[in-house]
Amino acid sequence: MTEYFHSVRLDFEKCKGCTNCIKRCPIEAIRVHEGKATIMQERCIDCGECIRACPNHAKISVTDTLDILNDYKYKIALPAPSFFAQFKEIENAECVLHALLNIGFDDVFEVALAAEVVGFLIHQYIQENRTKKPVFSSACPAVLRLMQIKFPDLLEHVAPVLTPMEVAARMAKEEAVKKTGLSYEDIGAFFISPCPAKVTEMRNPMNTKHSAVNGVIGVSLIYKDVIKQVIAIKTKQPEDYEKLHKATGLGMAWGYVTGESKNVDMGKALAVSGIHNVISLLEEIERGELKDVDFFELQACTGGCVGGPLNIHNLFVGRVRLRELIKKCGIQAPYFTEKQLIDLYKTGHFEATEPIRPKTIMHLDEDMSKAILKLEQVDKIAGELPGLDCGACGSPNCRALAEDIVRGVAFETDCVIKLREKVKTLAEEILDLARIVPPSMADSSKKTEEK
Amino acid sequence: MLNNSFRFTPHITLEFKIEEKDFFIAGESASRVKKTLQQLGIKQDIIKKTAIIIYEAAMNVAIHAIHGVLKVYVDPEVISVITEDVGPGIENLELAMKEGYSTAPQEILEMGFGAGMGLPNIKQCSDELVIDTKVGEGTTLKAKIYLNKNQ
Repeated sequence: MTEYFHSVRLDFEKCKGCTNCIKRCPIEAIRVHEGKATIMQERCIDCGECIRACPNHAKISVTDTLDILNDYKYKIALPAPSFFAQFKEIENAECVLHALLNIGFDDVFEVALAAEVVGFLIHQYIQENRTKKPVFSSACPAVLRLMQIKFPDLLEHVAPVLTPMEVAARMAKEEAVKKTGLSYEDIGAFFISPCPAKVTEMRNPMNTKHSAVNGVIGVSLIYKDVIKQVIAIKTKQPEDYEKLHKATGLGMAWGYVTGESKNVDMGKALAVSGIHNVISLLEEIERGELKDVDFFELQACTGGCVGGPLNIHNLFVGRVRLRELIKKCGIQAPYFTEKQLIDLYKTGHFEATEPIRPKTIMHLDEDMSKAILKLEQVDKIAGELPGLDCGACGSPNCRALAEDIVRGVAFETDCVIKLREKVKTLAEEILDLARIVPPSMADSSKKTEEK
Repeated sequence: MLNNSFRFTPHITLEFKIEEKDFFIAGESASRVKKTLQQLGIKQDIIKKTAIIIYEAAMNVAIHAIHGVLKVYVDPEVISVITEDVGPGIENLELAMKEGYSTAPQEILEMGFGAGMGLPNIKQCSDELVIDTKVGEGTTLKAKIYLNKNQ
């Protein structure tokens, strides 16, 4: 494996070099050179903004496929809470869960159920003051990766709890070991994901050494298979199904922004979605504002996970559907008793074991004196650039081009306006030269005057 | 001789103009400087302190003064944050340094600013702080943060 693994990639053939993506990338991680986009591997946070921005569908998210199921004897699907928002007019969650069994899984475990556990754990953490206030949600890996790069001093505020996906995989596999008698290695847990960042999170988890998730399958990959099954069985009554749906509305609501805050239910909470909104908010927090907030739920996708780039339906439609579904089948007795949850909290079973480390990749040079000189150059070059931020040079804005020039990966003439100026000066020089008459020749214009 | 004894220290200066009641410039300049310091590879805790000083100092100028300027000077040894303003000056500097003491007008308090924490915060974040003020003329604030004091 290379140093950096990313789910978000470029489909080289489809890329037309249009520069739409470079301006939307929150980390300025994309450049267009020689007509094709390249993603800077050390910067990418897998948020999927470029997937949304690309008119040619040249930005893709590489996830696992159903083929991966063949490697395991017992396969468990872990559907994300937002997955249920992709089906219209369903009366209960059972039909979606059973549809997953019908396409090849042996069992299902709702991530919403694990989310309820995570919600409880974070609640306890804040209540017992075990993390520095304000506490940040640890659920959205794209936000955490953003913080690693741009807001490293806020990382110590992240709740030291595993993600719902991770907790779901661990619970599901432990249950399955007991149920089937198979060994842990024979059991595979597969997250049904709206999100490329979760693919990356499984490969290189941030707050635990190894992920218990064995594969992350994009919603868009299996949607057609699942919906066929859902349509076939959705008219059944809940009592006709073997009961698989165990989550309550509290966990199910993690599918959209504010759901987690409600579940954590601790002090003053602020829920913000959309990566650019998250950045403005984090800038405010970093300056020491918003001191009265106890819990921040931050989600990279607008609307939360229902807005995930791998989902099928419009996020607003999805949110309404999920709310409707919660009304229909979200009210049931909690699967875990309060005592069980408190025991889980006390054993620290789902606590983070690794600190989330800052990533220093923005600096211009290791040596500060050299970095200062380079920065001076950047300022000088940026001051001479037109400030249009047009992106035609392949860098997201004029300042980024100036940085790229100083880093040695771009040239001033990459700027079309600069190039035009140069051509104009050159043309004028050529004209001046053309007017000079060799001394041996007579100047015809003067002659006519003398006559 | 002179050439040999004189050693050039690479440095960078950032300057921002602050107009009366311009409450956005404080946050904007803090973000801009933060990005610059990240590019220089300066440690996070120092960036955080600097951003707080800039924000509070610029906010003070915006709230109280007629106009002013914010300058941030960075070299490999030290970061200096300087605000110079034309304004009412500080009548009782000792009181102004106390937490919670505020002379901000009612409308500023309504906006959620002027809680009387500005100068105490600046003092807490800086290694050296000099305030030069003349009532009826203006105030100059100089805060320094040393980069290598822990080494």
